Amino acid sequence: MNKPTPTRDGFGEELVKIAKENEKILVVSADLEDATRAEYFKNAYPDRFFSVGIAEQDMVGMASGLTLQGFQCFVNSFAVFLTNRAYDMLRMDVCYNNCDVKVVCSHAGVTVGPDGASAQCLEDFALMRVLPNIKVICPCDVIEARKATRAISLEKGPMYLRTSRAPLPIVTKEEDTFIIGKANILKEGSDVSIIACGVMISEALSAAQKLQEQNINARVINLHTIKPLDEKTLIQAAKETGAIVTAEEHQIHGGMGSAIAELLAQKYPVPIEMIAVKDSFGESGTPEELLKRYHLKDVDIVQAVKQVLSRKK
Amino acid sequence: MNKNKPDITSLKKVAFQIRETILKMTNKAGSGHPGGSLSAVEILISLYAYKMKYDPKNPKWEGRDFLFISKGHTTPVVYAVLAQYGFFGKEELSTFRQLGSRLQGHVHQKVPGIEFNTGSLGHGLSVANGAALGAKLLKKDTKVFCLLGDGELQEGSNWEAAMTASHFKIDNICAIVDYNKVQENGPVEQIKSLEPLAKKWESFGWKAVEVDGHNFDEIFKALDDFDKCKDKPFVIIAHTIKGKGVSFMEGNRDWHGKAPNNEQLDKALKDLK
Ligand SMILES: Cc1ncc(C[n+]2csc(CCOP(=O)(O)OP(=O)(O)O)c2C)c(N)n1
Repeated sequence: MNKPTPTRDGFGEELVKIAKENEKILVVSADLEDATRAEYFKNAYPDRFFSVGIAEQDMVGMASGLTLQGFQCFVNSFAVFLTNRAYDMLRMDVCYNNCDVKVVCSHAGVTVGPDGASAQCLEDFALMRVLPNIKVICPCDVIEARKATRAISLEKGPMYLRTSRAPLPIVTKEEDTFIIGKANILKEGSDVSIIACGVMISEALSAAQKLQEQNINARVINLHTIKPLDEKTLIQAAKETGAIVTAEEHQIHGGMGSAIAELLAQKYPVPIEMIAVKDSFGESGTPEELLKRYHLKDVDIVQAVKQVLSRKK
Repeated sequence: MNKNKPDITSLKKVAFQIRETILKMTNKAGSGHPGGSLSAVEILISLYAYKMKYDPKNPKWEGRDFLFISKGHTTPVVYAVLAQYGFFGKEELSTFRQLGSRLQGHVHQKVPGIEFNTGSLGHGLSVANGAALGAKLLKKDTKVFCLLGDGELQEGSNWEAAMTASHFKIDNICAIVDYNKVQENGPVEQIKSLEPLAKKWESFGWKAVEVDGHNFDEIFKALDDFDKCKDKPFVIIAHTIKGKGVSFMEGNRDWHGKAPNNEQLDKALKDLK
């Protein structure tokens, strides 16, 4: 039960459940349903599953057209192929036309592992969050992934959901609430706030533990929704802790950290340090090796906290 | 659906008026795309006067047929035809491309009768496939039409969609290519040839027919053939003339995306045949 599990599994399992409750749900796929776990839906509802082959642009366009007949469509792929290859379709068809399309992408971040840089999407938050109408969500464990899958289906309109290939430790509980746009505080603290999402949540919790041993009391915030931002919780964190470290498995430019910096620069500026991939592509390796190689580990967060505290007034 | 065959002489008058409107709209706006609008006049009139089911007072009527304008820049002809067939008042046409107007530069759903916003080429066919497949899943007898540019067909996404339509035997879709032979920067043949175009569609599993896209009888016949076509998607390759009706605009790429000034408008209106 508490075994580390990829969040893509949570998506696949929950999709089958909600599809039983809502017969308007269809899946359009582009030959990666095995990897994204949309395959579970295909096996359960073969008549509601359509593969257009390896044609991501067509997948997004066709899904958008299906919504015009009252269906809710899930499209899926690796994050690179959907958000990069089909970007114009996501912008024009899904977002500009405000279609009820759910864009679900696995294989983001360096934890994709041995496949290397071509498959390690490090820019999906940046690409998706600048589009109007869409919401951007990244669950941190399989429990949260199930809740997020249900939540994006219950709300009409464009949604982006990033899932992981790598098994992630279980850090949330079944009884925790999940509301799109409402961050969850995982640990209270008053000296600094560590704000993270996805894979980086367990690193953030581990960093907070290490900091506690040094009498630094860090708040840990699970920002599972990157757009729209939970402004209230973030501004409160800035006011109450006076320093922020952001941690994400994404390019340092344009992602979750940037979104937080944009908000706080305008509403309540405090020193910020960002843990993210520093303007480079990934490479092959194991997920754990790559997290170390790109300085995305708990020890890196601890370092960043020290740095930000030295800047705190 | 087969409506009574409209009187061709009166449709020719409508076509003449639509061409006048296209010229006046773009002149008033000071911008817009007259060339690819003038070429598609008879195609669009045929759909609204002869083939499609629609209710202009209830544009989202469940029983309607769908038309997707994939060449979304040719708003002058689309809006002029929608106004002609009662979707909104003709007086609104003078607001084309102005701030606050529903009549956006590229087709937008806020205009009654427009199903989908486009403007980036190569989107309409995939979306039309989705709408057509969705109608089949619901067991509705909806027909879905999709107007494509010839230059637009250089976008690879069209061919992804072409494969999809035949694979899923989407036989309630009819693509119409406005084959006016000219794109933004010159002749299609020189820039990147589409030929053999009918064979390309056929090899992708479509039934293709070629017509004179300014001849109502030929367009009607092709649309009737579409009704009879089963288990395959259907494409009408409509041979047209870009800028049709205005001699100095015909076949001239300069009028792809440029509005006539007052002097040119006068000349064009006199020249219209
Ligand atoms: C993806 C994309 N690339 C470029 C353009 C700019 N553009 C608008 S119209 C046009 C030429 C279209 O030619 P064609 O499809 O032949 O249309 P028509 O002649 O009917 O106007 C171009 C290049 C665009 N709208 N979308």
